[in-house]
Amino acid sequence: MASFCSDPSTLSGLSWLLCYLTTGKHVALYWSVGTVLLLLAITAPAALAFGFGGATAARSRFLPLQWLGRGYIAVVRGVPDIAFFLFFVIALDQFFEWARHKVKCPDWDQPIRQGSDFVVCPEAKLPLGNAAQWVHETYGFMLAVLTFAIVFGAFAANVLYGAMRAVPHPQLETAEAYGMSPRQTFWRILVPQMWVYALPGLSNLWMVLIKATPLLFLLGIEDIVYWARELGGAKTARFTDYPHGDWRVWYFLALLIFYLAFTRVSEIVLDRIMGRLTHGQATLAGDAQRKAV
Amino acid sequence: MKKLILTTTVLTLAAGAALAGSHSVVRLGTEGAYPPFNFLNDKGEVDGFERELGDELCARAELTCEWVTNDWDSIIPNLVSGNYDVIIAGMSITEEREAVIDFTQNYTQPDPSAFLAAEGSEIDLTGAVIAAQANTIQASYVASSGATLVEFASPDETIAAVRNGEADAVLADKAFLSPIAEESAELDFVGEDVLIGGGVGMGLRESDNDLRDKFDAAIQSMKDDGSLNALIEKWQIGATF
Repeated sequence: MASFCSDPSTLSGLSWLLCYLTTGKHVALYWSVGTVLLLLAITAPAALAFGFGGATAARSRFLPLQWLGRGYIAVVRGVPDIAFFLFFVIALDQFFEWARHKVKCPDWDQPIRQGSDFVVCPEAKLPLGNAAQWVHETYGFMLAVLTFAIVFGAFAANVLYGAMRAVPHPQLETAEAYGMSPRQTFWRILVPQMWVYALPGLSNLWMVLIKATPLLFLLGIEDIVYWARELGGAKTARFTDYPHGDWRVWYFLALLIFYLAFTRVSEIVLDRIMGRLTHGQATLAGDAQRKAV
Repeated sequence: MKKLILTTTVLTLAAGAALAGSHSVVRLGTEGAYPPFNFLNDKGEVDGFERELGDELCARAELTCEWVTNDWDSIIPNLVSGNYDVIIAGMSITEEREAVIDFTQNYTQPDPSAFLAAEGSEIDLTGAVIAAQANTIQASYVASSGATLVEFASPDETIAAVRNGEADAVLADKAFLSPIAEESAELDFVGEDVLIGGGVGMGLRESDNDLRDKFDAAIQSMKDDGSLNALIEKWQIGATF
């Protein structure tokens, strides 16, 4: 922060705005943009991995595995996101703590559920009660990534499952006729060809994932929407050096532009990937590409 | 080298186990959106009456405390599942909450709540549309008074609702509304103040009796030497003890 910001009441115009936009609170807002981007960068591949696992399980010939895959897809897709985020994360956190409690404190004699309280021994707390705030925040962030990955993984699994079935069957038969094992057929013929069918569905998911990040605040992570609301709310002079009226509309306008720009860039990148994946494929677009050359 | 790594690991584990004793760090959960009780200052830190009070109480009880903010709606669930140890968020002591969590003795007097409405408006408070924050004593008061209740997740949104005409008036703690009424010419108090709730206290898990007793004793000592009254006057919270 510039030195002339020490007494904001004397400032006006641009210099006031400059000081206002560099307060600690605003810096927290800028950091939260990074948090959201980092979450997306980790969640997208993780969700894709969950989706790939789910889809592979769902088309497995081994029945229990097939049930597991189909059950995962059906249950997670059916439960509302907000219920999943409120219930599942707390349940997951308590499950981890319960497991650690069983291992670390075998001779603890009090019950874990006391009325509405969930009490494990201090050594089993996750993270430890005395851990630094950043450890708590990182743990919350990892839980958020895991939850997002599981939720979006189920949708991705359904998309990939459909894409695997969309690959022309004669391709697989030909592979078998050449003497490839089922594993070879899967990895060399099916997987490389399925992406072109999966991408439209996956790109939809990516767009929804970008917009779903405000759900983070349910998990105690302060994302950009939280900070926009907190900063935009009317401030009285008693509690801040920068009093202002209700400015939420401006902050939300900035968010709107941010999200629109982000989704537009995503669209451009996805279009390029689509073009590359289509190359040499036996689809209409692939055919068009071949003729254009 | 291997031995070195092993020793370090063992040492770290041992240190971790030693530090992990009961409540070596007490986590204080607050909302950070309800001045003058608690709010985020320009630096983004928790500030306000409860920040000063909480720091002083922790010093007197010889506890290491850490501040965390949490959404009001999920503030009780996160306490009982152990994400923090204490709620210190302008939370009035009520019977419904007593059923789920425990409270220390109150550190503010039962606070008058007031109606804030557009300047010069004539409102029949029993038949009007009244805004209040969800899950507050004010919200249940409005619901039982016969007026139409509109609930909002944050205190700030309740004020915005009155400004843009969505609600005729807002019911909230007078300490929260006073600075807003002073600064905005278009808003003014209407009707009589109402006394609801049993004062504000710290909320703790029902199983956490040791910690509650420590804070209870610390609050008592601040009441006895008058330092609590000084804080209440400084932040203009309301009546002193």
